[in-house]
Amino acid sequence: MSIRTINNKPVDFDAEGFMTNYKDWDLGIAQVIATEEGIPTLSDRHLVVVNFMRKEFETKGDGPSIRRLTKESGVPTKELYDLFPGGPAKKAAKIAGIKKPHGCI
Amino acid sequence: MKEFVILGAGTAGTIMANKLARALPAREWRITVVDRDDHHAYQPGFLFVPFHGYEPSDIVRSRRRYLDRRVLFAEALVERIAPDQRRVYLKGGRVLSYDFLIIATGTRPEPAQNEGMLGAEWHKSVGEFYTLAGCTALRRQLDGFKGGRLVVHISEMPIKCPVAPLEFAFLADAYFRAKGMREKVEIDYVTPLSSAFTKPKAAEALGGFLDARRIHLTPDFALARVDQEAKKIVSWDEREVPYDLLVTVPTNMGDPVIGSSGLGDELNYVPTDRHTLLSKAAPNIFALGDATDLPASKAGSVAHFQADILFENIRSVIAGRAPEAGFDGHANCFIETGDGKALLIDFSYEVEPLPGHFPLPFIGPLSLLKESRLNHFGKLMFKWVYWNLLLPARLPAVGTHFSMLGKRPGPISPIQSPPPSPPPSTPQLHEYSHHQ
Repeated sequence: MSIRTINNKPVDFDAEGFMTNYKDWDLGIAQVIATEEGIPTLSDRHLVVVNFMRKEFETKGDGPSIRRLTKESGVPTKELYDLFPGGPAKKAAKIAGIKKPHGCI
Repeated sequence: MKEFVILGAGTAGTIMANKLARALPAREWRITVVDRDDHHAYQPGFLFVPFHGYEPSDIVRSRRRYLDRRVLFAEALVERIAPDQRRVYLKGGRVLSYDFLIIATGTRPEPAQNEGMLGAEWHKSVGEFYTLAGCTALRRQLDGFKGGRLVVHISEMPIKCPVAPLEFAFLADAYFRAKGMREKVEIDYVTPLSSAFTKPKAAEALGGFLDARRIHLTPDFALARVDQEAKKIVSWDEREVPYDLLVTVPTNMGDPVIGSSGLGDELNYVPTDRHTLLSKAAPNIFALGDATDLPASKAGSVAHFQADILFENIRSVIAGRAPEAGFDGHANCFIETGDGKALLIDFSYEVEPLPGHFPLPFIGPLSLLKESRLNHFGKLMFKWVYWNLLLPARLPAVGTHFSMLGKRPGPISPIQSPPPSPPPSTPQLHEYSHHQ
């Protein structure tokens, strides 16, 4: 657990760098995290994924798997990897301010 | 007469059928278990078949034989589950009505989900060890392997027994050392995860084990396709890993009938409450073991712990009470590390694997997250426990809930992984397997 100040707001992160309270999230925080994750500008397509992840987390209490992401968000797998190089489910979850998805156990 | 129908006579379905048969009065309840065949495979044994630890015939027994006499066994494929009619339609026309239904249809590799995996080289230079046919074919491939790149690979999470591919890599290292040809084999462990295992402390320890065995780790590799012609796997971000022998774990999915009956998620797993284990499909449908969408390991130990909880909750539901017993994600598993040694890990939804002792706090005799011969022996002994205590549901209900007693949560020093000892002259697995 660590608390960081982002855009003058205290934000809580777990040991792996996921926000612990998704309600503290806003677009400004998302952009800061995205930059740290190697994505300098969040495009509309990024936000389609990020918003889908937040909606899933809100209703189900967990982020979606990649399979669910591609099936439900309408963003094809290849594009997901282009948008979030190195691991879309995890990276998009970080940027979306939700906990690490359980899909990988 | 009230009807209890259980779909699946694997670990979860068999344990549950036997528990219910003893608890529900035979005058009032009929318990019927459905499965497609009468071959119950001891699935932890699949891992050892390629390395001559077990013969395929050692690990398959009759499903019927392990069901209580009061349980009816229907050998048939399920065509459709109709929750609104409270009926299960079987292939061949038979229809089973139920008052309560348990879905314990497990999970299985679905190589058709992975582009290029099923081709002329399937079960040849593209092998797997999650089916009896697969692990038997893989033995021939390993025996004939002249050297080159062995790639052990996971396509997509979640998979059944998430540590098995690691164990395969460890056992392959020991196997090629014993054959005196380790120098000719490059082993690469390719995973969609960011490290060797899902839980950080165990990943750290297991990562050390990979290094000590000169097994290369390729993390964050999400499979886009298998190219059988060029003998390489390609990720979505266009990375390529060449192989001479690929040992893959295909995408795992639940039974297609779960999906076609409208009861499943995108992987055909049944949405299930993570604590009460009641399914979200209908109040009289329960799900157990690998068939659920729970964020717990898909493993026999988990099915066993879940069965204890679900059994209590089913009794409550039948009696018209609210379910109370809560599942905590408890799982434990042995991890074979080669050379007749194994690790044991014990964890839950909330607590990752920690060092300590099991099953008795501070005493053991098994040590957690630490390599030992006793753990390996424990793993082999488990085959006897499985057939004789676990399936008949005669294992004392010790350890259903995860316990912190005897575990050391503080910062741990990296687990020392001594360089592997010289290869044994005879494969040790074989030696033990005769005694079972």
